[in-house]
Amino acid sequence: MTLSRDQVAHVAMLARLGLTEEEMELYREQLDAILAHVDRLQQVDTSQVVETAQIGGLLNAWRDDERRPCLSVEAALANAPKRRGNHFEVGAIQE
Amino acid sequence: MTPPTASELAGLLRSGATTPQDLAARARADLERISDLNAVLRYTDSLAERQAERAARTLAEVPERAGPLCGIPFAYKDVLCVEGVETTAGSRILQGHRPPYTGTALRRLLDAGAVPVAVTNCDEFAMGSSNENSAFGPVGNPWDPGRVPGGSSGGSAAVVAAGAVPYSLGTDTGGSIRQPASLCGVTGFKPTYGRVSRYGLIAFASSLDQIGPFARSVADVAGVFSAIAGWDAMDSTSSPTPVEPVEDQLGRGIEGMRLGVPHEYVAEGLEPGVRAAIETAFSELERLGATLEEVSLPTTEAGLSTYYIIAPAECSANLARMDGVRFGLHIDRPSLTDTYLETRGNGFGPEVKRRIMLGTYALSSGYYDAYYRKAQKVRTLIADEFDRAFATVDALVCPTSPLVAFARGAKSDPLSMYLCDVLTLPVNLAGLPGISVPCGFSEGLPVGLQVIGPRFQDGVVLRVAHAYERATSWHAEQPPVPPVASGAGS
Repeated sequence: MTLSRDQVAHVAMLARLGLTEEEMELYREQLDAILAHVDRLQQVDTSQVVETAQIGGLLNAWRDDERRPCLSVEAALANAPKRRGNHFEVGAIQE
Repeated sequence: MTPPTASELAGLLRSGATTPQDLAARARADLERISDLNAVLRYTDSLAERQAERAARTLAEVPERAGPLCGIPFAYKDVLCVEGVETTAGSRILQGHRPPYTGTALRRLLDAGAVPVAVTNCDEFAMGSSNENSAFGPVGNPWDPGRVPGGSSGGSAAVVAAGAVPYSLGTDTGGSIRQPASLCGVTGFKPTYGRVSRYGLIAFASSLDQIGPFARSVADVAGVFSAIAGWDAMDSTSSPTPVEPVEDQLGRGIEGMRLGVPHEYVAEGLEPGVRAAIETAFSELERLGATLEEVSLPTTEAGLSTYYIIAPAECSANLARMDGVRFGLHIDRPSLTDTYLETRGNGFGPEVKRRIMLGTYALSSGYYDAYYRKAQKVRTLIADEFDRAFATVDALVCPTSPLVAFARGAKSDPLSMYLCDVLTLPVNLAGLPGISVPCGFSEGLPVGLQVIGPRFQDGVVLRVAHAYERATSWHAEQPPVPPVASGAGS
């Protein structure tokens, strides 16, 4: 299969990665090569197999929903690039 | 002269021949002496000072409460969070980031009186096999600084190989402890998945990541493992299975053990020098009383493809949190979308972007079943094959890496770099414990023997590695450069 430039641009947008035109072309070529290699997965018969998401065999881990100590507001905001009062500040979501 | 191990330093501390402060100062000086390798990103001087003082007090006042790591210096990979200490995952996007909390593995070491002296360089977000992907420059291999130390925990392997610290922590998602251990001629251990809490580890691929130690002896990696292993409420994937006391397994020898050699791991693709060293190691294991037999893991060939869908898919989800809002780089634009695009486009390096793109593609609408779900199914087959092999053998033995340390810049094509991990990543897919121990040289560069065990039988892996280490002297070989003063307190 061959990826188009539009497909690469679509994936970059999904991933919220701002790429230059040169990067788009580079990743288009490289992802093509990697996906061509990965296509050998399709030759493995998995018709009788279930997926593995958790290799240790664990199921959900539950705990009681009770109040516990947590980070202070100051500690949680200490690395914020922009803050306003006790909040993280973000730019406009809609123009 | 061989630099002392952590166990030897513990003896010196108890006899009063040295102090934690002295050991920390010597480690610091030795790390500075090897600064050309670029293995250290930053020193943790004030933390080291506090921990050394605390350890000295424990040793003086309540020596019975001083564990084997009390007062011993170590270094850790730049993906492990310590409160207030800059942690960047080798990435520009996290430059200046100071985590508000300490991860569990580090917490346990600090509680044991261990003394962190430095944060080590690594591939950006632990993605790479050569340590060339760090935003802060590549790391040199102590055996030949023009060659790579392996990756992604290249700095952690290099500082131990150079003799500057007795042990270090790294992380292993597809081989990132074992492969650099092999390329640098040290011992590196990846525990069973879920055995060591991942809390406070900056996530790359959560179903594969595991923290583990580098050291110059199997006894030392076993000691560090014991200190950091065990269930943790802060990691829902950490296992409640009780931790076996692995030290009991050391020294038992391997007489009568059955060791499997996976046919697919030795059939082709090994450098001749690696093959020769491994075959000699196999003979040594037989001489020690083990029976070697060939086993087959037929889905091995699909392992690389499976890994390079699952790991990028998980990384694309995990790295979504690098959004320039709560921490890290922020490039201000009028709209939030443009802020994301600019911050992430500029903050991530080429390999991280490549994997985010690959993972996002594999998870995107219309491709999920063909790639991600398919890879998860093949992962089941790979794990089942290992489990079947362990029905007849106690452990598997094979090379860690098909090749020795290569020259910087030699692998510019992503796929050729990915192939470096072909013998280590199936172990992560199956969640097994694996270790690499030095087993010889090829063209003057170290070769590693990998031992793989059944899930939660970390002690079996350490037992085989320990028996091999005791019978050989490869682990005591020292790199020619750079010269490091002995850490012994004389």
